Amino acid sequence: MGTEDLVVRAEGLRKRFGSTQALDGVDLRMRRGTVLGVLGPNGAGKTTAVRVLATLLKPDEGTAFVAGVDVLKNPQEVRRKVGLTGQYASVDEDLTGVQNLVLIGRLLDLSGRDARRRADELLAWFDLTEAAQRPAKTYSGGMRRRLDLAASLVGRPEVIFLDEPTTGLDPAKREDMWGVVRTQVASGASVLLTTQYLEEADALADEIVVVDHGRVIAHDTPDGLKRKVGGQTLRVRPADPNRLPDVVRLLDLVAAPGTSASQDQTAGSRPGAASAPVASDEALDKLIPALRGEGVEVTELALHLPSLDEVFHALTGRTKAEELV
Amino acid sequence: MTTMAQPLARPAGAGFTRTIRHSAALAKRSLIKTIRTPEALIDVTIQPVIFLLLFTYLFGGAIAGDRGDYLQFLLPGMLAQSLAMGGVALGQNLNADIEKGVFDRFRSLPISRAAPLVGAVLADVVRYLSVCVVLLLFGTIMGFRVETGFWPAVAAVALSIGFGLCFCWISVWVGMMVRTSGAVQGVMFLLVLPLTFGSPVFVATETLPGWLQAFVSVNPITPLVKAIRGLLIGGPVAGPLATTLAFMAGLLVIFVPLALRAYSRRA
Repeated sequence: MGTEDLVVRAEGLRKRFGSTQALDGVDLRMRRGTVLGVLGPNGAGKTTAVRVLATLLKPDEGTAFVAGVDVLKNPQEVRRKVGLTGQYASVDEDLTGVQNLVLIGRLLDLSGRDARRRADELLAWFDLTEAAQRPAKTYSGGMRRRLDLAASLVGRPEVIFLDEPTTGLDPAKREDMWGVVRTQVASGASVLLTTQYLEEADALADEIVVVDHGRVIAHDTPDGLKRKVGGQTLRVRPADPNRLPDVVRLLDLVAAPGTSASQDQTAGSRPGAASAPVASDEALDKLIPALRGEGVEVTELALHLPSLDEVFHALTGRTKAEELV
Repeated sequence: MTTMAQPLARPAGAGFTRTIRHSAALAKRSLIKTIRTPEALIDVTIQPVIFLLLFTYLFGGAIAGDRGDYLQFLLPGMLAQSLAMGGVALGQNLNADIEKGVFDRFRSLPISRAAPLVGAVLADVVRYLSVCVVLLLFGTIMGFRVETGFWPAVAAVALSIGFGLCFCWISVWVGMMVRTSGAVQGVMFLLVLPLTFGSPVFVATETLPGWLQAFVSVNPITPLVKAIRGLLIGGPVAGPLATTLAFMAGLLVIFVPLALRAYSRRA
């Protein structure tokens, strides 16, 4: 792919805050009309990278081009072409939904009438028409996120930066947000989104960049990344915790070649379940009769994509939990 | 390089007129916020009235012997004091806006760095006007009389508001520099209280010890008080007015660039 197809091209970005090296030589490449998922834990440098690309922050070192424009040399031109939705919804709480969007339109040099028309259009599209005349402080968390996203789309940006757009949203709202991202891409925009969830990156991104400690530790397609980190995991939780050893034994039989089942010990997960990497969902077809045959009742039986912890474990050989020690 | 996602926004007009237009749009935003939270107007409505009542009826007799005479002396000075204090809230609000992330949105837009600050300052005119109207109305009820005429009084109000608009840039700068909006108030009061009390607002300068008279003579509030007093109850105007205008220009020259630079640096 030629560089002319790259709508984001960053090389060697470094940024230091006091004693924290937030970016330690980050390279990013995003093709036009695609979604790039930037995956990483809290503090990995995702937000800093987005703020640099959206001209809010100057890097200490490195170069970045967005939509073909040098972020450092011509930030105003970049601002004309990008939309940013930050991690914390930056809507003005005292303004109504429509006032928030009209203000952005006016600041983007739309006439009063055009700004109003664009605001109405976006409010309808984000299902906020009924709430349009209410101050944003009365909105729910999901509504604020939608208004914030709408605000970043007022100028029909070529490149959209979404910093953890679904953190804190319930699953249904998360799916709604995914739909919005897909629609934007379908209409020709390019989207760079940061997330802590492989599931989200997998659902939306054409390519995924994994960042850790201000560095890119992997850049791959979702399928490529899943191959690297072990694809799906089958998790089973027996109703009777004493049957856990039986569950481990049965899971072992369906585990992907070269892997084995184990009791869950990942940070944050409830104990009492076991899981095993599996090659395909055929493992379910084999496991269910086996569980029934041995009379094991289960309260949870699910196929999961690896958690962020597991991704990191596979890529770096260590878990986040170990790192905290 | 063109794609289906054609940017809607186009640069329109020269840089300066665009900045003015953007500032006006942002000033409207601040005004909407002011209307939505009328309690934020207490410091420019009820507070000056309380000061006026307090000083006239509690201290007036002791300071001047005659409350009516003291009110004539005090009210023009109160205008200056209230205007200096009126800008404190601006720095606090801007600080809070930045903490909440609202300004991240503005920063990501192709507008001048100055527009969000200029817009907020312009909207403050409403607050300063309210100080003047409230003090003059309430003062009149208490017995204050303009001794000069209508136009000098209008000029006094205009000068007060103009001074407020220049002085508030200190507050804007402090708002960009300190971490919390509470700290903005703390820092600003450390500055505003000595400036307003160490001035001819409340007492005649001749009654003060020499070192304090020296402070009063270089205090920028002093010529402002003298000019407003001259415009409302008579006395020399030209000299103090010229000094005040020079101070106002000085405030802008120093604190507008400082505030803009601090705003740009604040990540």
